[in-house]
Amino acid sequence: MLSQTPTKVSQRSALRINPAKTCQPIGAMYAASGIHNCLPYSHGSQGCCSYHRSHLTRHFKEPFMAATSSFTEGASVFGGQPNLLQGLRTAFAAYDPDVIAVNTTCLSETIGDDIPQIIGEAESSGIIPEGKFVIHANTPSYDGSHVTGFSNMCVSMVKYFATRIEDSSEASAPQLNIVPGFVDPADMREIRRLAESVGFTVTMFPDTAGVLDAPQTGSFQMYPDGGVTVDELRNLGRGVKTLALGPFASAEAALQLDKIAGVPHEVLDLPVGIAATDRFIGALNALGAAIPDEITTQRGQLVDLMCDVQQHFYNKKVAIFGDPDHVLSLTEFCRDLGMIPVHILTGTPGKAFGRKATEILGDKADQTNIEGEQDLFLLHQLIKNQPVDLLVGTSYGKYIARAEDIPFVRFGWPILDRFGHALIPSLGYAGAIQLISKMSDALLDRRDRDSTEWQFELVL
Amino acid sequence: MKKPQTLPAPPAEALATVDLAAVAALDLVTPETAVPLPQQAPVATDLVEDLVKPYPVKVKRKRAKHITVNDPDEIPPIEANVRSTPGIITTRGCCYAGCKGVVLGPITDVIHIVHGPIGCSYYAWMTRRNQADVPESEQDFLKYCFSTDMTTNEIVFGGEKKLAQAVREAYEIFHPKAIDIFSTCPVGLIGDDVHAVAREARKELKIPVFAFSCEGYKGVSQSAGHHIANNGLFKNVVGTEELPAEAKTNPFRVNMLGEYNIGGDAFEIERLLNACGIQLVATFSGNAQLAELAHSQDANLNLIQCHRSINYMATMMETKYGIPWLKVNFIGAEATAKTLRKIARYFGDDELTARVEIVIAEELAKVEPVRQAVRARVEGRPVMLFVGGSRSHHYQSLFRDMGMPVVTAGYEFAHRDDYEGYQVASTIKVDADSRNIEELTVEADPEHYRARKSPEELERLKASVDIADYKGMMPEMAKGAMVVDDISHHELEQLIETYHPALVCSGIKDKYVVEKMGIPCKQLHNYDYGGPYAGFRGAVNFYQEIDRMVNSPVWGFIPTPWEKQSA
Repeated sequence: MLSQTPTKVSQRSALRINPAKTCQPIGAMYAASGIHNCLPYSHGSQGCCSYHRSHLTRHFKEPFMAATSSFTEGASVFGGQPNLLQGLRTAFAAYDPDVIAVNTTCLSETIGDDIPQIIGEAESSGIIPEGKFVIHANTPSYDGSHVTGFSNMCVSMVKYFATRIEDSSEASAPQLNIVPGFVDPADMREIRRLAESVGFTVTMFPDTAGVLDAPQTGSFQMYPDGGVTVDELRNLGRGVKTLALGPFASAEAALQLDKIAGVPHEVLDLPVGIAATDRFIGALNALGAAIPDEITTQRGQLVDLMCDVQQHFYNKKVAIFGDPDHVLSLTEFCRDLGMIPVHILTGTPGKAFGRKATEILGDKADQTNIEGEQDLFLLHQLIKNQPVDLLVGTSYGKYIARAEDIPFVRFGWPILDRFGHALIPSLGYAGAIQLISKMSDALLDRRDRDSTEWQFELVL
Repeated sequence: MKKPQTLPAPPAEALATVDLAAVAALDLVTPETAVPLPQQAPVATDLVEDLVKPYPVKVKRKRAKHITVNDPDEIPPIEANVRSTPGIITTRGCCYAGCKGVVLGPITDVIHIVHGPIGCSYYAWMTRRNQADVPESEQDFLKYCFSTDMTTNEIVFGGEKKLAQAVREAYEIFHPKAIDIFSTCPVGLIGDDVHAVAREARKELKIPVFAFSCEGYKGVSQSAGHHIANNGLFKNVVGTEELPAEAKTNPFRVNMLGEYNIGGDAFEIERLLNACGIQLVATFSGNAQLAELAHSQDANLNLIQCHRSINYMATMMETKYGIPWLKVNFIGAEATAKTLRKIARYFGDDELTARVEIVIAEELAKVEPVRQAVRARVEGRPVMLFVGGSRSHHYQSLFRDMGMPVVTAGYEFAHRDDYEGYQVASTIKVDADSRNIEELTVEADPEHYRARKSPEELERLKASVDIADYKGMMPEMAKGAMVVDDISHHELEQLIETYHPALVCSGIKDKYVVEKMGIPCKQLHNYDYGGPYAGFRGAVNFYQEIDRMVNSPVWGFIPTPWEKQSA
């Protein structure tokens, strides 16, 4: 397995091997799917849309509907306007969405298609039916990563729909806007539950709960019941505050909403693990919400579990990779569990990763290889040089885990080879309990596997 | 690498039991008769108009040409291999996917560098389930993903330097036997000359380095990429080495073209060929190493499994080296038996013929009890197939084995000849979208051309085994079955509602759409992570899999008990 990977690390300036990121458009598509009655639409070659739909489907094990401009060579030379106009006309006629969310690709970006102009053309020529919307995000595949694309589509939701709303007196419960980050439907559900339980009316955008974890009913629904509605997006300006969960995936949308609609915002770490969730609950508390016993009890359960398992986690070496917001918060949680994060790595560009990681690790930062904008080939080499007791990351980690015989826990996006992850939260206190359970299973399964007959114990 | 086969001594008494005259009298060319449509099946002619109803006028007209009602005795023409309508929700992919993802990607010991933004290489990384059994002493890059990870800087200032550097770094780290390069959409637009970079790298590194201009926007689907891949392999690889003399003792030497070893199909095919005493020289390109493709011109027959993706290679090798090609189908027990018989009849050797019969008899004896048991549970239950460029045809053999009628089927990226038969290929007008895909001019190689059969023999073989012919999908489909090319999501959904199939065969993008309707969907691109389904053992796997799917208890839980009560 991966037997061509040498232990010696050599400098590379051009060759990416085994990436820990993918391109912007897929993130934009995922975000767009969290709008109610929305059809994501890829303005580029057919392959992009096909690859994105396939990949998202493999993670969620759910239908992922999206359309494409199906560029040909002619369109690539003469521009994609006719394709986009025909695409919008056909998609509205055949699939009747409320919103079509267009994302660009490296192809349409390189030729410089002016999407707002084309949307304007579609509007003036009556292609967009009354009461329907076309929004777009520029998502050049050669810049940033899938996380950037997610962020860009969230920004577009704000730019297309949010306005300043002065009168906020109607609402009985104060409205809190939440940008949840590139997380699973179950995570969005859990974050909403926490915020609602302290008394807020929550507008979460995007919201894939109810879209990509829809029930089996025996009938296919092109647009499942979930998703943030256009009406909710238009009322973002009523929010008392916007919480952005994760600086990489969510901060920009909250900032733009602040600028456009004057809703104050706060950027929090993705609430993975105890400390980051504490800060999230703290932010709710700071907005005047009383924290209900239910949440306090759940936190207490988590702390109880942390006390119970600490001997199995203490000083265990862990390598973590994935999307930056996920990796940063999980690094903090592993530190809080007494583990040593030996290698942490993301493929997404952005200097903030190194800065934040150093901050989180504090006086222990020098024990950790912090790798931003790097790849899994390097991670494998680092692990060969400095072995770990546990690897945590996306499904792509299983090859390193097998090659180096390391216990492995799947976490983040994508998980292509297991089931149920989109239905079980890994955020919040509930998510932290789930993560401890998975990590301790992996560590203790390994202890059992490697123990001698006389050390093989019933009770651990 | 395929090992040279030496024939074990034939068991004389077993061979003597085969009635050669009876085998010679078998009809191996008449298309198989399809399982008739269920009596209550809707009348397809009434459906066409309905199916395109919601589309804008022009789209309606265009799509109607892709939908036809089958008549195996008088094949109607169908529109295929033309551009998909934007916005219609097609399952098609791009040229790059066909070139790198399908044809070149499975080669294990070549470093495949994708020149472009990260996504293209990332999505084609281990997602096609090409299995390979690589000896530990050999390099295997199947689990690796290589990309130049282009950024804004290269889009603006050009990416040739970064590509050249990436090739260099790949060489320095891995010292591979060869490196190939794949262009993605922006590369063509900014004008990077990937072939020049490859030429320079070849000089510098002294290993084969070659490039494919397979930008995603070329052609109308994956199909253009297959063609570009065939051209590149033919120009740069085939014929660059010679099969070692010790591997040339068996005259029954074949290549397997268009077999990508999804789920281990190629392993099962190789097992059967070996059992029959037929030597497999090269597989294009499942479980393949570069060297076997390089000396594949020393085979004496090219077998084509996936006609759509690799027919170009077969005809070019025929012209240059004199190797005839035979369309085969190893999907389905009956189809596999027929395929093995065709190969034996081509070589015209009594002992080979007898051995093939013995293998078929032994294998069918194991298949038959499973087939009968499953057939009793699935017979008559309707199936729909919408996949690929050959599987929608091949898999009908397996359903025929089980007595399941195919009510409607179509390909994702096939051409008219895959539907109607090879005879229409030369009549197809190449449109503007496909015109720029290079057609190589090939001539007989003055040194290496060797006619394997005389023109008279070939003529005879055309009549007796369909040599150099492919009759297409429609002659083997039932009268009245509906054929839909490049089906859209809307059409698929409506057809399912109309036909109420027991099973739909498609790909990952349709899988959960179909299953949300409470109907099992078998993925025929990736086999739902199962397989092999080729050959006799594969047939058994498939029968059991279909039995599980259509008879699974899970579907029964969809209505809640309280809904059931009130119903």
